Amino acid sequence: MDYSQFLAMKQEIGLLIVFLLVFLYDLFAPRYAVAGTDKKAVKGISMLATVLFAVFTAYGFCCSVTDNAQSVFGGMYSTTPVVATIKNILNIGVLIVLIQSMQWNASEAQATRRAEFYELLFITLFGMYLMISARHFLLFVIGLESASLPLAAMVAFDKNKYESHEAAVKYILTAVFSSAIFMLGLSFVYGLAGSLYFDKIAAAALQDSGLLIVAMAFVMAGIGFKLSLVPFHLWTADVYQGAPTSVTSYLSVISKGATAFAFMVVMVQVFGQFYSDAWEWMLYALIIATITIGNLFAIRQRNMKRFLAFSSVSQAGYIMLGVIGANEMSLAAMMFYILVYIFSNLAAFGVIQAIENKTGLVGMDSYRGLHKTNPRLAFAMMLAMFSLAGIPPFAGFFSKFFIFTGALNQGSVAMYVLVLIALINTIVSLYYYLLVVKAMYIAPEECEIANFKSACSERLALVVTVGGIILLGIVSVVYNSILTMTSSPL
Amino acid sequence: MEATLPLLILVLPLLMFLFLGLFGKFMSHKWAGIIGTAGMGVTMILAYYTAYLYFFSGNFVEDGTRVQYIVFNQDWLSLWGNLVIKLGFLLDPISALMLVVITTISFMVHLYSNGYMRDHHGVWETGFQRFYAFLSLFSFSMLGLVVATNIFQMYIFWELVGASSYLLIGFYYTKPSAVSASKKAFIVTRFADLGFLIGILILSFTTGTFDFMSLTSTPLAGVENTYIVDAATATTALETGAGQMFLGGSLMTWALVLIFMGGMGKSAMMPLHIWLPDAMEGPTPVSALIHAATMVVAGVYLVARLFPLFMINDDLGGAALDIVTVVGALTAFYAAVVACTQLDIKRVLAFSTISQIAFMMVSLGVSRPEVHDNLGYMASMFHLFTHAMFKALLFLGAGALIHAVGSNDYTAMHGLRKRMPITHITFLVGCLAIAGIIPFSGFFSKDEILTACFGNSIIAYVWMSMVAGLTAFYMFRLYYLIFWWKEHKVHEGHHAPKDQPWTMTLPLVILAIVATFAGFVPFGDLVTWNGHPHHGGINWMIASISLCVALLAIGLATIMYRKENPLPERMRHLFPNLWTWARNRFYFDELYMFITHKIIFNSICKPIAWFDRHVIDGTMDAFASVTNKASYAIRGLQSGNVQSYVWVYLIGAIVLGGGTVAVIFLFF
Repeated sequence: MDYSQFLAMKQEIGLLIVFLLVFLYDLFAPRYAVAGTDKKAVKGISMLATVLFAVFTAYGFCCSVTDNAQSVFGGMYSTTPVVATIKNILNIGVLIVLIQSMQWNASEAQATRRAEFYELLFITLFGMYLMISARHFLLFVIGLESASLPLAAMVAFDKNKYESHEAAVKYILTAVFSSAIFMLGLSFVYGLAGSLYFDKIAAAALQDSGLLIVAMAFVMAGIGFKLSLVPFHLWTADVYQGAPTSVTSYLSVISKGATAFAFMVVMVQVFGQFYSDAWEWMLYALIIATITIGNLFAIRQRNMKRFLAFSSVSQAGYIMLGVIGANEMSLAAMMFYILVYIFSNLAAFGVIQAIENKTGLVGMDSYRGLHKTNPRLAFAMMLAMFSLAGIPPFAGFFSKFFIFTGALNQGSVAMYVLVLIALINTIVSLYYYLLVVKAMYIAPEECEIANFKSACSERLALVVTVGGIILLGIVSVVYNSILTMTSSPL
Repeated sequence: MEATLPLLILVLPLLMFLFLGLFGKFMSHKWAGIIGTAGMGVTMILAYYTAYLYFFSGNFVEDGTRVQYIVFNQDWLSLWGNLVIKLGFLLDPISALMLVVITTISFMVHLYSNGYMRDHHGVWETGFQRFYAFLSLFSFSMLGLVVATNIFQMYIFWELVGASSYLLIGFYYTKPSAVSASKKAFIVTRFADLGFLIGILILSFTTGTFDFMSLTSTPLAGVENTYIVDAATATTALETGAGQMFLGGSLMTWALVLIFMGGMGKSAMMPLHIWLPDAMEGPTPVSALIHAATMVVAGVYLVARLFPLFMINDDLGGAALDIVTVVGALTAFYAAVVACTQLDIKRVLAFSTISQIAFMMVSLGVSRPEVHDNLGYMASMFHLFTHAMFKALLFLGAGALIHAVGSNDYTAMHGLRKRMPITHITFLVGCLAIAGIIPFSGFFSKDEILTACFGNSIIAYVWMSMVAGLTAFYMFRLYYLIFWWKEHKVHEGHHAPKDQPWTMTLPLVILAIVATFAGFVPFGDLVTWNGHPHHGGINWMIASISLCVALLAIGLATIMYRKENPLPERMRHLFPNLWTWARNRFYFDELYMFITHKIIFNSICKPIAWFDRHVIDGTMDAFASVTNKASYAIRGLQSGNVQSYVWVYLIGAIVLGGGTVAVIFLFF
């Protein structure tokens, strides 16, 4: 075996090294440093993990610029500039999540398991990397599972909280069930094509048959579970609500972004190569259901975390518009959408987390009059909502605009109808995003949340995300460079 | 040329705006003023250096022709296929000229405001930091406008300029008149910009480009990013729209006229001038910067930027350039007449500004290749330059007077020449310059405009000479009424008017020196429509006639206004109607009120409002209630019960697969 092939997996190996260093520190560092109550020592592990990951992120940017497309291990694993870029985009998001979680991780309740959070998180991220780079369904499944199972442990992180347990149980049960369906679908595909390599399945040029369509539906259901596409989304709200907020924000942006990209690869490289365009119609139905039902549920939510859960369901539908467009521009638009979504959603979660850490409140009603007591938090939240709703000149407007344009570029009448439905849904989403702004700025009641000074790390994360929301809207370089990159093959 | 330096010219004011806007309230007034002024000073030096490199380093001259150079041009928004909006930095004679003008005046105003924005006891105006932040925003927008490489970038900054003008006119937002003036300015110019936008859309839809370079210039072979203005390109661009007619004009003529409409709004050409006199509600330094020297000439700049298109359109028989001439000529005369009767010192200056900008428009309008190779174009830019200097001087002088006296009404001033000697001398220099007395700068630029008019038609020449005479008359009327006559008694407890602190007088002195000598700048070598130097010299025949007219007008003003005497009263009774009409600005505001309130509101707005309230709102309400009901109906799906989640999942997957199979195999 040619071991130099491992060199193509620079990002995976880098991540493993980060993981191992954190793991070793956790093993050998004196107990008091990790578990103790000494404030300086408590920060040690968080600082280590975050700084290491920041270095790794920077490294990722350097190597993605220079590396060419490579396909190794008999074509099981492939990396291209686009793939490296999506990993980098995820890294940025993870870095923000890490900074945001510092304050929570320093709390008393976390005393015995500070490092575990980072270890589990890095392992799931590793799984996502594999999922993105996989060009063979076996590797894909390994990635999918290692991105799923540790997440259940992370969801259950608040050991002493009943909701956290419930969420974890719900998550693991539905995840296992969906994996089963996914595998069933894969076995059909294997039976039909005789291989699990993406390119070989595509080359088999399968004809339309009932079995093939059912197989595709099951594979879509399996991946759609992680993306929380309707009707595979029901776990989302409960899990988002029950999990610690840091885990929720990780689940809602990173896990979703990575899966969306992997989903796109499967659709375009495998299903898109068949004679049938059934996958497009199935996805079409899923998108309409996802955007609409996600919105309809979001309207009624009064808990911020549940509210963002349904908002993220509907956002996943918008991301899928980039998949169904299936051209260079919609690929670029999708990647840009993921990037913008990371910044906007993390800004919202950053505010929620800051408030939750201080006061324990997550209800939308307790946000009333927030702009008087905590004007900066209210402002950050408002920008996040504007960006998620797609109000110019914030980044969210442009990401929606590009993704609609990309879908329209495909040119069929059905696509115009789809974009029209998505647009109408944007109006509905505007209503509930503005509900939050209304609560913060217009509702007259006395605020339950007294003025407080949020932690340094939380403020840093908010500045970064808000800066991203504004700059990504104005500065064009990011989108343009993604667009040039996507003109080369995946 | 490196892109860093020009980029800094844009970025510095923007940073100043963000810095003063975000952190202004945490710093003292004094430091906010110093930081703002210093930032603008650095910008000014950078702009001077850039302009120096462009005009004098010789790198931008190719075979005796001054080239257009694109410093950078960055894709900003890639919309669809080749529909890309770029942001860039174009360096050519007029943009380099404007860089100098804008940064100079802006710096003077920044410096001057340090003194102006505090009262006699040294108490600062509230919102002083906000004022400086807005000034920086304006400077940024205006600089972005003049260096635009494409018409869309120009439009973006055009609107930004409008917005910052709105913010500054309404700076005293507790004063109702300032608020309504700012709204008026914004709405009127926005209305004009609607035409501009439609014009842009027609032009770019037909020609397939936003880029100025693709519309008016050809690339210079072998040198990157370098272009030469070329009438042939403009011809090609115009011919893409050939043959398409609309309401008796060719499509391209319509596009240019609509674009010019945007310019009319910004440059306060009749009948869209009504906002400018009211805009004087803003602080006086703002009037000097925005409503005299820079923003209001944006319309002239726009026409100059697209001049090859206008010129070729004229060759092809289009009327666009003639419309520019006629609008300019009418406005020049109208504003000059009104200026003769106004009482408010700033309003006189405002109408004088309208009239002078109209001069520049006329000059562009009469510019033809056969008349001294487009002398009009060069004269217009020359006048833009000199006018910016002397009009800013006059406004800042007026500001010093208002600050000293505490009123805009010049009947409250009288006889100030001894009390405020520096203001007096500098104001006199400004008046001499605008009246066109040799050797002050206005003489040279006005002479060239009149020469260009003379070459075009004798009517234009006579008409504009008459306006020039009126200009000299009303300026000296203003001068005598302020500085001569008998002094008012100083009431007890009031300060006697005196010269203002150095921050205010220094800009006056500097601008007075510039206004005196700016005429000797060899403008023909620097700024011409196609970059070829132009050596005309002074046409002494025309110069001496216009000098005589100006002196006669000044003489008349001296007789009538040097001392209090019954002559003006008698004149007024000689033409009672004309006087009343002019005093009331020919009832333009009332006319607009009548049209909007009585006609537009009743016949158009009311039906639309009905439609909006009943049809559109009704649809939206129905949509909202359906959404709400649907959301209520499906809430059971989310039961919180994990068994049911899995059921829904399974059924969903089966329906997705099975349904698709059924549809495909049963119906196809």
